[in-house]
Amino acid sequence: MIIISNLHKSFGSKQVLKGVNLKIYDGESLVILGPSGCGKSVLLKHIIGLVKPDSGQVIIDGEDITNFNQKQLDALRMRMGMLFQSAALFDSLNVGENIAFGLRRHTKLSNRAIHHLVSEKLEMVGLPGTNHLMPSELSGGMRKRVGLARAIAMEPEIILYDEPTTGLDPIMTSAIDELHLSLKERLGVTSIVVTHDLKSAYRVCDRIALHYGGQIVEIGTREEIINSPNPVVQQFIRGEAQGPMTLF
Amino acid sequence: MSFLQKAAKDILDSIGKVSILFLQTIYWTFHNIKTGRFAISDLIEQMSRIGVDSLLMVAITGISTGAVLVVQMGFQFAQMGAQSYVGGVVALSMARELAPILTAIVVAGRVGSAIAAEIGTMKITEQIDALETMATNPVEYLVVPRFWACTIMLFILTIFTNVVGMIGGSIVAVNQIGLTLISFKDSILHMLQIRDIMGGLLKATVFGSIVGIIGCYKGFTTEGGAEGVGQSTTSAVVVSIMLILAVNYFLTVGINNFCVAYLP
Repeated sequence: MIIISNLHKSFGSKQVLKGVNLKIYDGESLVILGPSGCGKSVLLKHIIGLVKPDSGQVIIDGEDITNFNQKQLDALRMRMGMLFQSAALFDSLNVGENIAFGLRRHTKLSNRAIHHLVSEKLEMVGLPGTNHLMPSELSGGMRKRVGLARAIAMEPEIILYDEPTTGLDPIMTSAIDELHLSLKERLGVTSIVVTHDLKSAYRVCDRIALHYGGQIVEIGTREEIINSPNPVVQQFIRGEAQGPMTLF
Repeated sequence: MSFLQKAAKDILDSIGKVSILFLQTIYWTFHNIKTGRFAISDLIEQMSRIGVDSLLMVAITGISTGAVLVVQMGFQFAQMGAQSYVGGVVALSMARELAPILTAIVVAGRVGSAIAAEIGTMKITEQIDALETMATNPVEYLVVPRFWACTIMLFILTIFTNVVGMIGGSIVAVNQIGLTLISFKDSILHMLQIRDIMGGLLKATVFGSIVGIIGCYKGFTTEGGAEGVGQSTTSAVVVSIMLILAVNYFLTVGINNFCVAYLP
């Protein structure tokens, strides 16, 4: 279980997180919704230890990772995978080498076994036979899927998705969502998805949290969020410019 | 805070961060050698990239510098009847100062900027974050091979510059000054000593480490988008060249003092 407790973070004079509290249960798919620039990605980066909080705790399986040294963080990251907003594929490596990166560095598997695993992951994301392509030869949707294949290559227990469908057409968005659901079903992973895409959020969530003003203002199942009396939630899900939620 | 105070604070801050990056690079180098994880293939790949990127420019710089030195000195020396010293003086100038400095400036412009642009682009496209999420230290993976490749290749390229500089000088000396190839060569052998060459190569090694570490540092501190990458690239070249010129003075003084004190 992941417990985020009273998390605060500022960049210069801008306070991005103002006491975030959140619990994420094993095996669930939690979607964090919120307007652009509200600090959702920063919250996600705290969970994988890329950003240190000013105060507060991120407790994963009973251990506060904000006090971890580099070795402990690396051990934790071996259990996690992250799909970045831009996919963040390594430009100088081809698709196969990108997916095999973690396997080559952190396992003693043979080249043959690594090649087999890479092919299997590419098959899972619907891109078989693309090992030799360079990232520059891929479309936006293909890059996201390769990014996902790389994130699951080490068979993580927790997958973090940073805006997995941003910039994709509706068909590709749907394909990524289905992929997400099938991974959850096949690998039983805990998923944390940061997005502002409501349709996608409704498709993949077990629970939804709305992040606004540096805090989680509402959390619940899809139905609970849709029926929430909170005017901030209602404004966001209706996509209204007027209301208590101010534009960034 | 006044402009000067802020500038001084920024400079001290940068010196501190570059020093930390340098120490981390040394730490990861020894750590990887000790644990058998030093990626020789990455080092060779970087060295070949630096060599290929710089070889033509270094060759042109070396040949033209050697040739111009002979033209400038040759006629003056001939007027004084000292043309037999031309080869030696040109060789000394090249080995002690011009070859390491000019090679370093060419490599800073060609390679230092490319390193800053590559790492800067990785930074703004979250590739550095991706490395960290895959339990890979960016200094270990990106800086160590580039730093050592720059250091080793600047040493090798400076030897190459010395050689092509002498070839360029000898061609002009024979065809325009009227010296024979043998007298040009004899002059070099008479005046040039091993310590002159070693002093120049020591400088080249230090300059190579400056180009490598500044290129990587500027890449890591890139912010914003394409504009930020452009700024880092330019800044990497400017800072590297300024540091090379400043450090050259202290190295020259140090090497001269060492030679006077310890060598006959």
